[in-house]
Amino acid sequence: MAHSGNKPRVNTSAIVMTLYLVFLLLPIYWLLNMSLKTNEEILSVFSIWPRNLTFANYATILTDASWYMGYVNSLIYVVMNTVISLLVALPAAYAFSRYSFMGDKHLFFWLLTNRMAPPAVFALPFFQLYSSVGLFDTHIAVALAHCLFNVPLAVWILEGFMRGVPKEIDETAYIDGYSFPRFFIKIFTPLIASGIGVAAFFCFMFSWVELLLSRTLTSVEAKPIAAAMTRTVSASGLDWGVLAAAGVLTIVPGALVIYFVRNYIAKGFALGRV
Amino acid sequence: MEKTVNQKAWFLILPVLILVAFSAVIPLMTVVNYSVQDTFGNNQFFWAGLEWFEELLHSERLHDALGRQIIFSLIILAIEVPLGIFIALNMPKKGFWASLCLVLMSLPLLIPWNVVGTIWQIFGRVDIGLLGYTLDKLGIAYNYTQDSFAAWVTVIVMDVWHWTSLVALLAYAGLQSIPDAYYQAAKIDQASRWKVFRFIELPKMQGVLMIAILLRFMDSFMIYTEPFVVTGGGPGNSTTFLSIDLVKMALGQFDLGPAAAFSIMYYLVILLISYVFYTVMTNLDKRDGV
Repeated sequence: MAHSGNKPRVNTSAIVMTLYLVFLLLPIYWLLNMSLKTNEEILSVFSIWPRNLTFANYATILTDASWYMGYVNSLIYVVMNTVISLLVALPAAYAFSRYSFMGDKHLFFWLLTNRMAPPAVFALPFFQLYSSVGLFDTHIAVALAHCLFNVPLAVWILEGFMRGVPKEIDETAYIDGYSFPRFFIKIFTPLIASGIGVAAFFCFMFSWVELLLSRTLTSVEAKPIAAAMTRTVSASGLDWGVLAAAGVLTIVPGALVIYFVRNYIAKGFALGRV
Repeated sequence: MEKTVNQKAWFLILPVLILVAFSAVIPLMTVVNYSVQDTFGNNQFFWAGLEWFEELLHSERLHDALGRQIIFSLIILAIEVPLGIFIALNMPKKGFWASLCLVLMSLPLLIPWNVVGTIWQIFGRVDIGLLGYTLDKLGIAYNYTQDSFAAWVTVIVMDVWHWTSLVALLAYAGLQSIPDAYYQAAKIDQASRWKVFRFIELPKMQGVLMIAILLRFMDSFMIYTEPFVVTGGGPGNSTTFLSIDLVKMALGQFDLGPAAAFSIMYYLVILLISYVFYTVMTNLDKRDGV
């Protein structure tokens, strides 16, 4: 009985998942498809796969500095942001997970409110702030601006993971004569390595996908790839093939990062709170 | 876990405080500053008091944008939360297929938001997009640049495409944490599938679902890039959400005063609703922790 009742359910699950994944992948496939066509083919015939396979669109991007520097710029500020966010978030998350002190709950919520702040609200003041301190159009400006939402998130995730580490470990280490910095680096950090990985993944993700602030804070030197794409849309009369190729290339770093954290991803999305 | 009282913990928080003060408090004070002043150019500012706030509270433009925003966020939550739970329930539990599903499902989350917009802009076009072309061939009138209903559908389907996986992954993480013993007990009691869901899975997912709802609410309420790329807020103003309107006002028309007042009210609305979610969430945490 139980078996005959189980069998069809397994199959419906597979069907549901297949349909959902097709729904997810179809638009991405279409982008990939277009990136491998010439503009004439895109605009003249409607084809499900490229008839004249061409890599010219990718060649355009990989040989033109104004294109590929966009990727380099994006990666530079994303990595900077991830490093800064983690460095400041680690001690703070430890404090929140281990100690209670004056105003801790309010402080924690206040930090989270920054994650809730609409970037649109901050675009103009950021522009003025970073222009006045001479950081406009630098990578560090974007990296610092993205800290606005990444630091609270990193604190939140790390705190969740740190809560899962028993306090007895800290106490034993102190009795054994470890100083706080040594304990933190030698013993504690390896224990929450997966949490750090997940936090880094999220910082990377939200910094990588953000456009409004990074576009507002840069003009030439640190222009992110996302902004380079929007400019092409308006200026060069819609070069669909190159646009699609640029889009496909922006998916690659994300896909690589996902592959590395795939085993922690579900727990990570629950911010360590499962 | 019992926490020790230790005021020195403030020193560990200090770096975060300094950084966030620089990147949040200073800009926010600039906004507050602008919101109570008027300018005629040349960097000359005049005290305007609460004038901008009063003007905005009666502005139809803001009311319309707020209305659209609320409807949009509610539709998003109403579709993505049940769909996400449903997908999570159907995901393979472990092994190769589970990893594959996780990786493929996370893919849309890692695509820059303007590229998400570009993908759907292309996908929905009647001449070169698969979706638009197919609908057109089926005889369904679909043109998201001219028809506001089509524009809404496109923006909503795009958001469902983009973010349902987040809800599904959270719900999946919640499901994974349920011990097998619970299911065995349910089997012995001959509980129906629905009862297993209602009395075992749903309560166990409560915590993560609150996170999902909180994140989805916040982010859909701040949505800017994706609809901006696809529809540019149009046709007319039909998909002009709060952020799009705000950027138009602040960076487009450079109306600093009204834009700043707008920003503050916008922020406060999000804070208020998020605070409610957050309180519910921490209370759930506490109850589970006992």
